[in-house]
Formats: sequence, C-alpha cells, structure tokens
Amino acid sequence: MINPIIQLENITKKYDEQLAVNHLSLSIEKGEIFGLLGPNGAGKTTTILMMLGLSEPTSGSISVCGWNPTRNPLDVKKEVGYLPDDVGFYQHMTGWQNLIYTAQLNGIPKEEAEKRANDLLQKVNLVDAADKKTGKYSRGMRQRLGLADVLMKNPSVIILDEPTLGIDPEGVRDFLNLIRQLNEEEALTVLLSSHQLHQVQQICDRVGIFVKGELLASGNTESLGKQLFLTAPFVIKVIANPANETLIEKLKDIPQVHRIEKVDNVLELYCEEDVAAEISKVIVESGSALYEIQKKDFGLDEIYHRYFEGGEKDEHRHDKKETNVGNEK
Amino acid sequence: MNIATIKKRLTLVTKNNQESTSRGDAHTFWAIVQKEFSDYISSWRIIILLAIILLTCVGSLYTAVTTIQDAANASENAEAIGRDGYLFLQLFTMSDGTLPPFITFVGLLGPLLGIALGFDAINSERNKGTLSRLMAQPIPRDYVINGKFVAALLINSLLFFALGLLVMAFGIIILGIPPTAEEFFRIIAFLLLCIVYIAFWLNLGILFSVVFRQPATSALASMSIWLFFAIFFSMIINLVAKPILNSEAIASLDDAIFRQELIMNLQRLSPNYLFSESTTTLLSPSIRSLGPLTMEQTVGAVASPLPLSQSLLLIWPQLTGMIAATLICFAIAYLLFMRSEIRA
Repeated sequence: MINPIIQLENITKKYDEQLAVNHLSLSIEKGEIFGLLGPNGAGKTTTILMMLGLSEPTSGSISVCGWNPTRNPLDVKKEVGYLPDDVGFYQHMTGWQNLIYTAQLNGIPKEEAEKRANDLLQKVNLVDAADKKTGKYSRGMRQRLGLADVLMKNPSVIILDEPTLGIDPEGVRDFLNLIRQLNEEEALTVLLSSHQLHQVQQICDRVGIFVKGELLASGNTESLGKQLFLTAPFVIKVIANPANETLIEKLKDIPQVHRIEKVDNVLELYCEEDVAAEISKVIVESGSALYEIQKKDFGLDEIYHRYFEGGEKDEHRHDKKETNVGNEK
Repeated sequence: MNIATIKKRLTLVTKNNQESTSRGDAHTFWAIVQKEFSDYISSWRIIILLAIILLTCVGSLYTAVTTIQDAANASENAEAIGRDGYLFLQLFTMSDGTLPPFITFVGLLGPLLGIALGFDAINSERNKGTLSRLMAQPIPRDYVINGKFVAALLINSLLFFALGLLVMAFGIIILGIPPTAEEFFRIIAFLLLCIVYIAFWLNLGILFSVVFRQPATSALASMSIWLFFAIFFSMIINLVAKPILNSEAIASLDDAIFRQELIMNLQRLSPNYLFSESTTTLLSPSIRSLGPLTMEQTVGAVASPLPLSQSLLLIWPQLTGMIAATLICFAIAYLLFMRSEIRA
C-alpha cells in the first residue's frame, strides 16, 4: 500500500475571527499530481503555507513526508519545494546565480550545485538567459526559473501556487508539459493550486475543489462531476425545431430526466443517466426536427460554473433550481 | 519529569541535529551573510554614501592637519605639544572652523549610513517576492534577519576601521608623530563606539523594515527619527531648560546641580547626545567629568589628562545605554519578524 505523502486532518485556520480554512482533510499519494482548485481567496495559499510550516494551523494535524511541519519545518522544507504564486528573484543577480544561492541555502556542495543548475536550466529551457539578470526576465521566464529553483534541492514533493498565472497560452502548455514530464520521470509528487480549470484538468490526476476554506469534493474530473451533481450528472444538449411545450412535457416524462432548461431552440436536459438515444427517439416521434444532440462533458469549467456560481450564494442554490424548473413548466 | 530524562532528550536532539545538519547550518548562515554583504558592496546607495563619508573625512582631516601644523610651527617646542596635548587625537577633533571635525561628520553621516543599510532589509524581500521563496528553503527563519544584520555590521565595522586606520596613517605621514599606545587604544575605542552607534541606527532601520511594508515609508520614518534627534531634540530641550534653569527659581546649590543634571539626563535620551558625549570624552582626555562639578570637588584634583581606563569608566553608562538601545531595536525587529505572516 502507498502511504499518503501529504496528509491533512481536520485542519482549521482562523485569522482573528475569520475562518480561512475550515475542517479540511486531504491526503495526497506519492507520485500523483493533485490540483487544488478554487476561486481567489478560498484558502489555497493558506493551506499550502500550513503544509510548509510557514503558518500554524489553529487546530488539526498535518503530516508531510512523515514530518509535522509545525514542529519540524526544516525537515519538511528539505523534502518539499515550494513555488510561490508571485515568485521573485534577486534582480541584480543572474538566473544562474540565483539558483546557486538556493543551492547554498540547501547546503549542496559547490560542484554538485553547478552541475544541477546547468542541468535544470537546460530542462526549463533557459540556458540562453542563464547569465542574464533576473530583473530582465519576463513573467514566463521567471516562472520557469522558479521551477528550476524549486528543483534545485532535489525535492520529493513540489508545491506550485498558481504556477500558470500571467503566462501566455503557449507558455502555459510548455510549463504544464514540463511538470507532467517531471512527474513521470522523477516520480515527483506535485500539488498545484489554481483557479484555471482547463489547465488543472489537463495534467492533474486528482482535483480537490476548495471554496471558502472547505474542501467540497475531491477525485478525478469524472468522479467530481458525480460527487457534485449527484442528482443529475449528465447534461445533454439538444437543438430541435419546434421545441415547444408539448415536446418539453414529453421529454420530461423520461424518468431519468431531472430538469430541462430552454434557451430559444436549445434545450439542456439534466439526466441521471446517459439517455441520449431515448431523447432523440422522443423528439423524432413527437414530430419535431432534431438538428443536433450532444452530450456535454463535465469539464472542470462546467463544474466551476455550476458549482461556484451557486457556491457564492450557497444557501440559495437549492431554491434557484426549483424555480428554474418551475419556469420551464 | 526528572532531570535525567530531560538530559537524555536534549542529547538525543543535539545528536539528531548533528547528524542531519551539523556543518550545513553554519555554512548556510554564512552563505546568507556573504550574499547580503556583496549586495551591499555593489549597491549604489551604499557606494554613494561611502564616497560621501570618505570625502568629508578627507576634508576634515585636511583642516585638522593644517590647523595642527600651524599651531606646531607657531610654537617653539613642537615635540612638547605633541606629548602633552594628545596631538594625534586632535586629528579627529580639531578644526579651524571652515569644516566641522571628523567626529561631527561621523556623528552626522553615520546614522545615515546605518539607516541606508537597514531600512529595506525585510520589506524589499517581501515586495520582490523573494521572502516566501527564501522561507521555503530549509533555513531557520531568524537566519534571514540575523544574516542581514551581521552583513551590515560587517560593512560598517570594515568601513570604520579602514577609515580610522587611514586617518592614523595619514597623521603619521603628514605630522610625523607616531601615536602613543594610549592614543592608539583611544582611537580603537572610538571606532568601536562609532560601530555601536551606527548599529543602533541600522537596527532602527531593520525594525522599520519589518514594521512597514513599503521601503519608502520605512526610510522616511527612520530618517525623521534621525532628523528629530539631530536637530529638533536639542531645541526642545533648550526650550524646556529655560524655565527650569531660571536663576530666580533656584533656591540652593543642591537645587542648581539637580536642575542642571535633570537637563543633562533629558538630553541623554538622545542617542546623538550620548554619542557626542562619549566620543569627546574618549578623544579629549582632558575631560574629567560629564556633569557639573562644584569647586569643592575640583579642589585637590591633579590637573592632568585622564588615563584611558578612567575615560572609559566615565562613559560606561553612555556606552551601555547605547548598546541596550541597539539590542532593544533588534529584539523588537526580531520578534516581529519571527511572528509575521509570510504571505505576499
């Protein structure tokens, strides 16, 4: 059995009276890429800082690589590399010098440090800029240097806080590929926080959704959809003409269909199971023309929209659903 | 819990530490000091300040030398003047009025150097986003602030010893009189005093760099404190002194002495005053007391300069006071830094 490399149990963090993290339990296995997903201010960074021992949880216990970060922060920091969301470097020093300084702080002997720095600069594709002052680096370059910097200490876990923020799409793709590659080649465990769903979806093995200090669900993207929308995990989009009341009534008679939303001729059916075949049959039999039938995937985007938009006003979410259905009828 | 188990635990802990990070710790600490030191050396503001200090010192040295030479030429027995008057020390204190003497310059520019070394120690790291990266490395948190302090102190000591020894060397070359052992030690003591004094302003700067998020704010805050003590404090004391020292109100001799000492002690709240008091005492052995003396007290005193040990004794309270102020600033900065949140 694999032991979780990061384990959080019932973590709570209070700032004054404000609850930043609320009874969070989370475990991350060795070698996986875990995405911590949530809107700004959800408590992602606080959670990460607590894992590194830079912030103390109000209650609960944390174990990272078998150490308690509050008590043995140095042992944890030896194993864990952390890339802060707005990573900064000493601007008057070159990229290479910055890496060597990090190596010195980690007590890596000089020759080994230089070798590692060269290797890593190659890996993150910054060899040309190695002797340039970091003050002149672009955001994407800084981020890549940050990754090299994190890897200098040869960590077993890396924690990346919003690593793709502010990089252009091409840069994001390269960056994520690099992370994936590192994860595969060196069996690195990666914890990645983001509010950008597509990216998280691309590379993460598992995702945890984090809102207002609470972990709402965790799992791979597929199971997340099920967890979050137990009642209607499938959405089927239909374009039919005419899409009138009688058609909607008939579609509603299909037992697996929970509710229907209508925008012009486009119907969105929220179903318990994949009943696309039945739906098309009903439409055709009712005499309407079926132009398009499409199963909507539960991308994180969808999850995000469906969840967070409601999440903002958690308590009203339920009511809203009901009224929607009412309107449709 | 009995003592034996505690001891066992302690040895266990130290053993663990030795195994994991025995040499590494000191090594990483000096890596930080080294980096900060080279940062300071190559930063423009420090270079400019060093240049200013060097220039003013050369200027004041020049005026001191010409004054001494004129005096020596005018006198018949130059050698006697050198022996009795602690001529060598006058290099630091003498001036012909065109430029202030060396000690005044140091008293004025030293704090500026200290502030320049300290005011953005922590907040610039925070603003550039390097602090959280630094904190994620396996180093104890206090290494960062201690390393910065040690590096700045090193720069400061290096500069003042270089400056002091240079002045001595020029003095020997130009005046042709070697310093006596006593003069030499007085100068060394003076240099140490300068370092302590500047360390105070350095720590004040570091303290503000922890408290204020913006380097500009902390620079202005420390400069305003410096200006306050350099200019306004003595004005305020004068204002306060006027009614207190009003001759009509003084009833007796004891009362007069008491009032005089009260004013002096008020002035001693200013680090600038402490510094100037102790430097002049150190560099002018003829100063025998820092407070008012009655005629009775001076009766029977041998009118000769004090030996170094007595001068030191005279300024001991000033010295300890300054060191204490320095340590207090550093302790507050240290505590605040250790408790602060590391998020951007």
